[in-house]
Amino acid sequence: MLLFAVGLAGIVYLSLTAQPTSTVLLLPDADGQTGQVEIRTASDRLALNRAFTNADITHRGHFVASVQDAAIVQQRYARTLAARPPAAESFTLVFESGSAVELAPEFKAVLDRLLAAIARFPAPEVTVIGHTDRVGSVEDNDRLSIRRAETVRDKLVQAGLSASMISIAGRGEREPALATADEVAQAENRRVEISVR
Amino acid sequence: MNHFKTIALALVLSLTGLHATAGDEAGVVKISQGDVRVERERLMQPAPVGTRIFASDRVVTGRDSAVGITLRDNTLLSAGPNSTIDLNKFAFDSTTHSGAIDATVRRGTLSVISGKIAKATPEAVRFSAPGMTLGVRGTSFLIDAGQ
Repeated sequence: MLLFAVGLAGIVYLSLTAQPTSTVLLLPDADGQTGQVEIRTASDRLALNRAFTNADITHRGHFVASVQDAAIVQQRYARTLAARPPAAESFTLVFESGSAVELAPEFKAVLDRLLAAIARFPAPEVTVIGHTDRVGSVEDNDRLSIRRAETVRDKLVQAGLSASMISIAGRGEREPALATADEVAQAENRRVEISVR
Repeated sequence: MNHFKTIALALVLSLTGLHATAGDEAGVVKISQGDVRVERERLMQPAPVGTRIFASDRVVTGRDSAVGITLRDNTLLSAGPNSTIDLNKFAFDSTTHSGAIDATVRRGTLSVISGKIAKATPEAVRFSAPGMTLGVRGTSFLIDAGQ
């Protein structure tokens, strides 16, 4: 009888202190904003939208959520958080005129900043991303944005960067620096973004 | 005789390392501390800084080890000690930003800072761990699968 009581107490103790199957922790973004995650189990679902909310998922698929202290979180997950790679950095070069591919005189200044950034990134990768304004068709602008990216890529290689480090992309008119209506010429949108990650 | 030599050569080449076509590349290891390995097609290799990561890769960290990986859409991943992370799916169109990410944390910890795919199509990004799946809305989070 005593053995049974001890056994039962043991089971109750274990179930009360059982480890969660998984834990989700929502963190603030680098800019201080916080996004949202939605967790789903077989039994339940929960949305987290407050920074440092910790949701333990129990064996039955339910949630035990609490807001944690930032310093405690940092300490508990120090190794994981310290291994996060650096965020990508971007530099913008605006094109001087229309569909032509002359580059603004700021190329040298951007190149210097780019080289400094490359030195700070482990196993750096450079992506040259071309953009256009909304003059012309989507397809024409896709092609034009690729040509812009290629032009700048070639200039970077001429300047000494290894071609194998560089990839190109063309975003066409999809990502204006300044939103405009269709077919509106906008010099700031005719640009190339050089990104390092 | 020629036929035999061709087969033998192909066999040797296929055993000499992990290979995958450049187009499938999902990301690159940027931080590699301690015992970090990548398993691909049942072959395990060390994963130092600069190692390319592909969809279907499994990344494994040992005791007192950690890894940081940047994906092609600028998603930043990191795993702490004693972790096993399966990158089930990765696709990214650099023109439209459409794509997909699907990863499972089998054990250990994974920290995620979302990139362009989550920003363009949040529903295309899915992370799982034992007992749950997680959908994101352009954000930063950590999954601890314990064990």
